[in-house]
Amino acid sequence: MKRPGAGWSFAAPALIVIGLFFVGPVVAALLLSFTDFDLYALADPHNLRLVGLRNYVDVLQTPLFWQALGNTLYFVGIGVPLSLLVSLGAALLLDSRLARCKPFFRTALFAPVVTTIVAVAVVFRYLFHTRYGLVNYGLGWLGLEPIDWLGDAAWSMPTIILFAVWKNFGYNMIILLAGLQAIPQELHEAARIDGAGSWQRLRHITLPLLAPTLLVVSIITVAGYFQLFAEPYVMTRGGPLQSTTSVLYFMYEEGFKWWNLGRASAIAFLLFVLILAVTSLLLRLSRRWGAA
Amino acid sequence: MKPRLAFWLALAILALSLCSCRRADERTVLRFWGMGREGEVVAQLIAEFEREHPQIHVEVQQLPWTAAHEKLLTAFAGDALPDVCQLGNTWLAEFAALGALQPLDGYVAQSPIVEKDDYFTAAWDTNVIGGKLLGLPWYLDTRVLFYRKDLLARAGFLDAPRTWEQWQGAMAAIKSEAGADAYAILLPLDEFEPLLQLALQQDEPLLLDGGTRANFRSAGFRRAFAFYTDMFRQQWAPAMSDTQISNVWNEFARGFNTFYITGPWNIGEFKRRLPAELADAWATAPLPSSDGRGGGVAGGTSLALFASSRQQQAAWQLIEFLSRPAMQLRLHALTGDLPPRRSVWSEPALANDEYAQAFRVQFEQARPPPPVAEWERIAIAMQLAAERVVRGGVSSEDALARLDAEVDAMLEKRRWMRAQEQAR
Repeated sequence: MKRPGAGWSFAAPALIVIGLFFVGPVVAALLLSFTDFDLYALADPHNLRLVGLRNYVDVLQTPLFWQALGNTLYFVGIGVPLSLLVSLGAALLLDSRLARCKPFFRTALFAPVVTTIVAVAVVFRYLFHTRYGLVNYGLGWLGLEPIDWLGDAAWSMPTIILFAVWKNFGYNMIILLAGLQAIPQELHEAARIDGAGSWQRLRHITLPLLAPTLLVVSIITVAGYFQLFAEPYVMTRGGPLQSTTSVLYFMYEEGFKWWNLGRASAIAFLLFVLILAVTSLLLRLSRRWGAA
Repeated sequence: MKPRLAFWLALAILALSLCSCRRADERTVLRFWGMGREGEVVAQLIAEFEREHPQIHVEVQQLPWTAAHEKLLTAFAGDALPDVCQLGNTWLAEFAALGALQPLDGYVAQSPIVEKDDYFTAAWDTNVIGGKLLGLPWYLDTRVLFYRKDLLARAGFLDAPRTWEQWQGAMAAIKSEAGADAYAILLPLDEFEPLLQLALQQDEPLLLDGGTRANFRSAGFRRAFAFYTDMFRQQWAPAMSDTQISNVWNEFARGFNTFYITGPWNIGEFKRRLPAELADAWATAPLPSSDGRGGGVAGGTSLALFASSRQQQAAWQLIEFLSRPAMQLRLHALTGDLPPRRSVWSEPALANDEYAQAFRVQFEQARPPPPVAEWERIAIAMQLAAERVVRGGVSSEDALARLDAEVDAMLEKRRWMRAQEQAR
């Protein structure tokens, strides 16, 4: 009987912290999502009403929620594969034996991850400025018409995706690089002796052995990209024409701009269910793929 | 180990409390939150306040307008509000609903400096919520007509229009003169202010029953709404948002639009940004109205004292100081902000400013927007209804019916609270 007690007491500090700062708030938010907690309730608790599932029904009937969901899926659908490709490409280049100055490039490619998003957004807004931007200058040099990157509803999301991929690919790159370096060189050598080209080695040795790492990275990235917020917040404020309003941005406005915390909590839980569904689908698919 | 720890803790707490006591003994510390440009320059005025009141020290914190609202609400929730704050008029109702504001009636009654009659009536009334004065007007905001005199004259008009009818005639003439690539007026479709000005010229209120019911299908609002959307239908105004116009001053300078509805800060911007040859080619005028009486939104910013402040007397002294005519004149010199006191307007700096006069004339007739916490959201919904008609091809009748339904849904909580109150 002594042992479990000791175990619990060792785990207690961590459990208390997790309970206080994670489980507690999550349960509170869940309860909040069944109330109409708002400005008036903040002023006087008597103005709080239990509304059951009405927040969820309301949110699902709000056109902006569906638009935000569409924007988010657009961002995840294009951004995640693009980000993984760039990360994998950069990791492969860094892992190549032909590469020189590896530590320098590794640091340089990782640098965007540790930059401050607000400061970088200022630079990007200049780069993508319709008239003075370097990007449009380059387009003009190629003889193309300037594009209103952040002001045109059709181009704003691609710009945000570019920004997010540039900002985040270094993180995945480091994880993938570690995975690549764990692949035994003997396998490559053996394949080379058997006459396999570099493409065949990538397809039949590198990628299969990297699959578990890729799975982890893609799940982290999907979960992260679903929570798109900072990029539109600093670049476009959800505009133009709400084309960069993500689900999380919608939640932020509902919660902290209009102070409808009950409804904002409901949005948060809808997003949670969505991310859970997508990531478990990814896991299941990968298991089936692994079995086959 | 344990008693020792307790001893050190006690010592630390004692030391801390001693420190804070000593500091409080020396000087009262007031916390002031200012926003945007005023937050930057108010320190210059406050330096003088501190010279007059050596026992008070004011800590100024600057907030950007875009983040101020969230920050204030979060501060209320976290019980960390400052003593005095600069508060947009449309936010007063919200903080009044929270019970966060200290009524100023008692202070004003005894003040030799603050005279109710010297303030523009509309500006003062905006600060009275539920019969109590919850803020003191600091500077005014209403939107007037900025226009190109030369282009208007070329279309055959020497004076700015005063009624909607004259305005429509001028816009039609300008448009036929200007051709397909230029317009008579610029009304960015994502700005609710121009439509709101026209709506508040009407006698019918926008909300009914103590701000619990939408009233956007009244004859008055229909009139304003029809006038607004008609400017797009006639091609007098381009169906554009702010983001599609890279630089309003450039467009104005190259004659893209003759009329533009905007606020006091643009007097300075127009002086600074328009090319020298156009320096005398523009003017301001009060907004035309359907009956020629004028009118618009009585907006602006107030100084508010938070109920949570523990140094109410000192905080009031600061508000009173900033409300002095001399200080309001200084603020105008520093920022171009328009003072809410009539006596300041007779000073040469303002009396001789032909651009500022339009604001004064309009302000005498201006009305405050409905004092409900949900107002900003309602105004955005109102503008979205106009955008649906202009861009989406929805009929006005459908757009207004939807707007009424949306706003009624936003006000559901207010209706419930009102019913609760009446039941009690």
